[in-house]
Amino acid sequence: MNYPKVLKIIETRNETSDIKTIMFEYPEDITPGQFFMIWIPNIDEIPMSVSFIDKKIKGITFKRIGDATNALFKLKAGDKMGVRGPYGNGFKINGQRILFVAGGTGIAMIAPSVEKAINKEIKTNVLIGAKNKSELFFENRIKKYGAELFVSTDDGSQGYKGFVTDLAKEKISNNKFDQVLTCGPELMMKKLFELSQNISFQASLERYMKCGFGICGQCCVGKGLRVCKEGPVFNEKTLKNIEDFGVFKRDASGRKIKF
Amino acid sequence: MDKDAGSIERVFNSGAGAIVTKSIGLKPRNGFPNPTVIELEHGILNAIGLPNPGIDNFKEELLKLKKLNIPVIGSIFGSDYKEFVTLAEKMQNYGVNALELNLSCPHAKGYGLEIGCDPNLVKEITFKVKKSTKIPVFVKISPNLANITEVAKSAEEGNADGIVAINTVKAMKIDLELQMPVLSNKIGGYSGNAVKPIGIRCVYEISKNIDIPIIGVGGITTGKDAIEYFMAGASAVQVGSAIYYRGLDVFKKICDEIKIWMKHHEYNNLSDLIGAAHK
Repeated sequence: MNYPKVLKIIETRNETSDIKTIMFEYPEDITPGQFFMIWIPNIDEIPMSVSFIDKKIKGITFKRIGDATNALFKLKAGDKMGVRGPYGNGFKINGQRILFVAGGTGIAMIAPSVEKAINKEIKTNVLIGAKNKSELFFENRIKKYGAELFVSTDDGSQGYKGFVTDLAKEKISNNKFDQVLTCGPELMMKKLFELSQNISFQASLERYMKCGFGICGQCCVGKGLRVCKEGPVFNEKTLKNIEDFGVFKRDASGRKIKF
Repeated sequence: MDKDAGSIERVFNSGAGAIVTKSIGLKPRNGFPNPTVIELEHGILNAIGLPNPGIDNFKEELLKLKKLNIPVIGSIFGSDYKEFVTLAEKMQNYGVNALELNLSCPHAKGYGLEIGCDPNLVKEITFKVKKSTKIPVFVKISPNLANITEVAKSAEEGNADGIVAINTVKAMKIDLELQMPVLSNKIGGYSGNAVKPIGIRCVYEISKNIDIPIIGVGGITTGKDAIEYFMAGASAVQVGSAIYYRGLDVFKKICDEIKIWMKHHEYNNLSDLIGAAHK
């Protein structure tokens, strides 16, 4: 049923000064890359990727950027919020060697997929790009789990200095990957899509959402592809035909907003 | 699935005969904050608050659809007849095949039902829109009215080409844990299975009192649901929530089911079924 289950937050963790994880009990099966609709009473209800997947406990990790995420950021253990889902498809993970590329908070939705790949004994390289050192999180989690991790920061305060796509270009030309999987700013993903050429490619898109279960049409891209239902993860064949990809998204009214 | 050309094209390719657009107003409008759509046991409750990009931004979607030759019914909402006329003229210029006047949205202040409950306003708006356009004009009316027949009649008197009945039924869901309404607008409109008997009753009552065609809508999920609406007096039907219940190919499924039912019951013409329950 697409109705928010109201529950109490079990635990919260500050990942950085602006990024927080909220853990709660939600014993549903989840494919890495799927998302929840999170209801912050009296404020908003927003789509949010699952960042921790345990049998009973699930987690979301987010940066405070707007009204909803700022309100969510203030919640603490014992506070109530609503959760419905999971929604969407998630990543299809296979092959011998995978390159994950995450930009900004994209690493929150990538992390469970990295863990799934490693559980499947796939050789896993992960690139994380951030503006600067203070916006990086989950590096230890990913390293500890057994992925080979590379970091880039725009200002060079940690790891490679420059864009994560430059780092990706280098990795792609020096290695043979079966898949490139990504989540982050859409222009970054578009660039990566161009770099990936003949490699199997999947990107997770983000759009303004309302229902989350495929009826309202708010999040549609291309020829009526619902990001909440047929997405949020699309492969290279589909992305090729989505004219919106890397070009525009729509605001709540449906107006086009250029990236 | 009624907000942009790509989605409308997909719905058309899934077997719909024509597509009614999201209701469009003069200016861009964000609608209400979420939660705006939730599922309940027997239907879907929504209060999205008439979000739309505004008629001028919607133009490019309509022109694309015109190129593809997809039959489009442009739904419009306004606060008075002047707004309706401006919108209607623009819709016609951008190539829509017919117009639907939203005089029944149950949850937006100053629009929809707040105007559509007044028979005089309904007549005036319909009349003025008809006078300034050449394409068919349908008036969508609300079940949340004691005088639904009177409102339908006033649309007919305003020269409407058809009545669309019903819009969603005013409803509310309160969450027990939070002790508050779930929708941000508190009150919403209920659609899906649960409202079908209400729609059937409305269409039946209206068709007894008017001579123009009725487009039946409300909870139609199967071919049999559509046939029930035909028997109540509808000449065509609209389908929305059933996309969730049966997938996008619900349009083709319903058409096939209607054909099968007619074959079993030895009907060759759908028109023989229209109003059959009024004998």
